[in-house]
Amino acid sequence: MSLRQRLVPYWLLAPGLLWLVVFFVVPMYFMGELSLRSGSLTSGYTFDWAWSNFPDSLSGHTEQIGRSFFYAGTATLLALLIAYPLAYAIAFRAGRYKALLLFAVIAPFFTTYLIRTIAWKTILSDSSPVVSVLQTLSLVPSDGRVLATSGAVIAGLTYNFLPFMVLPLYANLERLDLSLVEAAKDLYSSSRQAFLKVTLPLTMPGIVAGVLLTFIPAFGDYVNAQILGGTSQAMVGNVIQSLYLNQRNYPEAAALSFLMMALILAIVTVYIRFAGTGAFMGDEDEETA
Amino acid sequence: MAFLSRAWAWLRRNALPIYAGLAVAYMLIPIAVIAVFSFGATPKGKLTFGLDNGFTTEYWRSAFSLPDLNEALFTSLRLAALATAISTVIGTLMAIALVRHRFRGRRLTNLLIVIPMATPEVVIGASLLSMFIYYTFALGFGTLLIAHVMFSISFVVVVVRSRLIGFDRHLEEAAADLGATPLATFRTVTLPLLAPGILAAGLLAFSLSIDDFVISNFNSGTTVTFPLYVYGVSLRGVPVQVNVLATMLFGLIAIAVSLVLWQQRRAEKMASVRPEQEAMPMPMPGAAAAT
Repeated sequence: MSLRQRLVPYWLLAPGLLWLVVFFVVPMYFMGELSLRSGSLTSGYTFDWAWSNFPDSLSGHTEQIGRSFFYAGTATLLALLIAYPLAYAIAFRAGRYKALLLFAVIAPFFTTYLIRTIAWKTILSDSSPVVSVLQTLSLVPSDGRVLATSGAVIAGLTYNFLPFMVLPLYANLERLDLSLVEAAKDLYSSSRQAFLKVTLPLTMPGIVAGVLLTFIPAFGDYVNAQILGGTSQAMVGNVIQSLYLNQRNYPEAAALSFLMMALILAIVTVYIRFAGTGAFMGDEDEETA
Repeated sequence: MAFLSRAWAWLRRNALPIYAGLAVAYMLIPIAVIAVFSFGATPKGKLTFGLDNGFTTEYWRSAFSLPDLNEALFTSLRLAALATAISTVIGTLMAIALVRHRFRGRRLTNLLIVIPMATPEVVIGASLLSMFIYYTFALGFGTLLIAHVMFSISFVVVVVRSRLIGFDRHLEEAAADLGATPLATFRTVTLPLLAPGILAAGLLAFSLSIDDFVISNFNSGTTVTFPLYVYGVSLRGVPVQVNVLATMLFGLIAIAVSLVLWQQRRAEKMASVRPEQEAMPMPMPGAAAAT
C-alpha cells in the first residue's frame, strides 16, 4: 500500500476527530483546571491546585448524590420491568404490528423532552383525574399530592428514558435463536426454567446495555427533578446546574461534574471488561471489514 | 365460575400482549395529552388541566402569533439544520474510515466516539462552558452550534456505520470491473446505497438538536431556542401555542421518519442487505449503541 493510500482513513477521520478532541476532550481539561481553582466570584478564581474542592463538593451535597443514585436506580429497575416484556412481545408476538409498535416506542423522541415532561406535570397536577383515581385507590393519601414527590420524579425519569431500555433489549431479543428455547423445552425444562436458563442469559448483553443507557442519563438528569419535583427532590444535576449558572461557583461545580464523569467512566470501563468492547460500540465490523 | 375461569385462562394466555399494550399506552399518553390540550379552551391562554372550557381551534389559528416563540422556533430550526448538515458530513466520513479501512488508532477512535454518548449531558454542557469561560468566548448561536455538532457526531457515526456493515460490496466491485473510477463508483453506487443510512442519521441529528435543552442551557448566552423558550415560560405558565407547535413538529418528524423507514426498506431490497444485520429499522440512540 502506498503512503497516500494509507493516509486515506486519517483524512476521512480528521474533521470529526478534530471536532471531538477540541470540543469534547479539551473542555474536559479546562473543567479539570477550573476545579482546582479557588477564590470567589467577586475576587475572581485563581488556579492554585485547590484539591479541597473535590471533598467539599461531595460533602456539601451527599443528600442530592444519594438521591440521584436512588432515583436513577429505581427508574432503571422500573424501566427494565416495563421494557423487557414489551421488547419480548414486539420481537416475537407482534406479527405485522411490529413496525407500528417500534414506531410507538420511538414516538416520544419526536416531541421535545421538556414538553413531554411538562405534559406529565399537567397529568399529575393536583386537579387532574389521574390523581383523584390514585387517591380513590388509596395509593396517594386523600389530601396528598403527586407532584413534588419522589414518586413523580421517578415516574418522569422512568418515562423519559424508557425507549433507551426498550431498543437495546429489542435489538438483542430479535436476534435470539428461538430453536435454543425449544431445545430446552424438548429436554423437559419448564417454560420458566427455559426462560431463566436460556433466554435470560442470552439477552444479558441487551439488559446490561439498556441498564447503562437508562441509568447514566437518569443519574445526570435535572429536568425531571426540577419540573416534577420540589426543592426537596433535587438531584446532582440540579446542584451542578445551579452552581454553574446561578451561584457561579465554578470551581465547586467543575469538581462535582468531574467526579460524576469519573463515576460514569468507571461504570463504562467495568462494563467493557464484562461484556467486551464490541457490544457497547456496535463494533460488529471486526469480522466484516 | 366457568366464565371466571375461562376469563382467567384468556387473561393468562394474552398476558404478554396486554402488558405490551399498556406499556405502549404509557409511552403515548403524554403525546396525546400535548395534542389534545392544544385544542382546549383556557381562560388565560395558558396550559391548564381539563377541557371543561370547551373545544377550540383558536390556538391553531394563532399558532404563530407570539413573536418570542416564533423567533425561538426559527433559531432552533436554523441551528438544527446547520448542526445536522455539518455533523452528518463529518460523521459519515468517519464511519466510512472506520468500516472500510484498517489503521492504527482505530480502538482509540472508537472510544472517542462512544464516550460522548455515555457522558451525562450536564457534564458535556458544563465542560464546554468551562472552556468558553476560560477563553471568554461570547456565548450565543456560535457556541450552540459547536455543542450541537459535537454531541450529534457520535450518533451519526453509529447509524451510518451500521448501514455500511450490512453493505454488499460486490456491487462496488462490479462497478469497478466495468471500468468505473473509484470516485465514480463512490458517487454512482456507494452513495445512493448509503443514502437511506445517511438520511436516517441526519434525521436523528436533527431531532437531537431541536430537542436539546440541557447542553444548550449551559452554552446559549442570551440566544433562545425552542426548548429554552419553553423552559423560560414553564415557570409562569406555558402558552397553549407551545402545544400547537409541538404537535406540528411531532407530525412533521413522524412523517419524515415514516418516509425514511419506507425508503430504507426499499433500499434494502435493492441492495440485498443481509437482513440479520439490520437489527433496528429506525436507528435510535439506545439501539445504535447496543447493537
